[in-house]
Amino acid sequence: MKRRLLLLLMPVMFLGLALFFYVRLSEDPSARDSALMARDFPAFEATTLRDPERRVDPSLFEGELTLVNVWGEWCPACRQEMPQLLDLAERNIRLVGVNYRDTREAGLAFLDEFGDPFAVNIFDPDGELGFELGVIGAPETFLVDAQGVIRYHHKGYVSPEDVHDRLLPEVEKWR
Amino acid sequence: MALGRLIVLTVLLCLSLPALAGGIELRDFDDPLTEERYRDLTASMRCPLCENQAINDSDAPISADMRERVYRLLQEGKSDTEIIHHMVQRFGDYILYNPRLEQRTYLLWGLPVGLLVLTGVVVALIVRARRHASAKALTADEQARLDALKARKESS
Repeated sequence: MKRRLLLLLMPVMFLGLALFFYVRLSEDPSARDSALMARDFPAFEATTLRDPERRVDPSLFEGELTLVNVWGEWCPACRQEMPQLLDLAERNIRLVGVNYRDTREAGLAFLDEFGDPFAVNIFDPDGELGFELGVIGAPETFLVDAQGVIRYHHKGYVSPEDVHDRLLPEVEKWR
Repeated sequence: MALGRLIVLTVLLCLSLPALAGGIELRDFDDPLTEERYRDLTASMRCPLCENQAINDSDAPISADMRERVYRLLQEGKSDTEIIHHMVQRFGDYILYNPRLEQRTYLLWGLPVGLLVLTGVVVALIVRARRHASAKALTADEQARLDALKARKESS
């Protein structure tokens, strides 16, 4: 009896491990959380897209919940998500852009063409701030609470469904 | 003659193409040790965008940025641990091919060793049990015969 139990233990352990690996390995690796979750927005110092004289730093996020959207004129998905961002801005959510690996001219032309939902745009031509944020490609969107802590991260294109199913609930949760 | 040179040139160009395509920059190092550390570090980090390429083998812009950062931190005299920590802070544990040993990963690193030890113990127990069982299985008669055989062998 004891012997049979011991013999049974091996395949059970094997099946358990196989199931565990199967589940973990079939997860979408790009769906992993940002390493910055629940951490302070990284330190930075930059100018704004519209005003090369205006210097901004993380104090930008003090006192108000903010959606930070990393975008560039060169990024097609950023164009497609502009209507969603304008929609979010109309719901009285503060948006701050990070103009990522772009030129001032291209960035400003983009805003003229597709609309400007942003309270301000941080100008990040070399991707320095993007690197600090662990951005691997635009667009990416972060939710920063009123204490300047990163609370949510959305990688890639924000669809109209994402606005309702993901972003708005998170905004409500952390407001 | 000219044709021969052209062929040699074409072959050389073809040979050098993979190096160009890899997007690997030429870098200056103060000493060969730093160069080796650079090579090891960029080979040990996974490109966060392309999923199964090391950053030293990837054309993705983010990989170029990460190589640049590794290089810069090496020039600043940072240790390997500090550089790895710097990158993990931004891009997460995902980028490490070998997860670091810490409280969260004790199970991960310990499981193979644990299983090996467990197997050893189980095998030892089984072997011991069998030996014991076969020794016990001899009847008094058999034992006497065995002793007799042994005695014969020794005396001959």
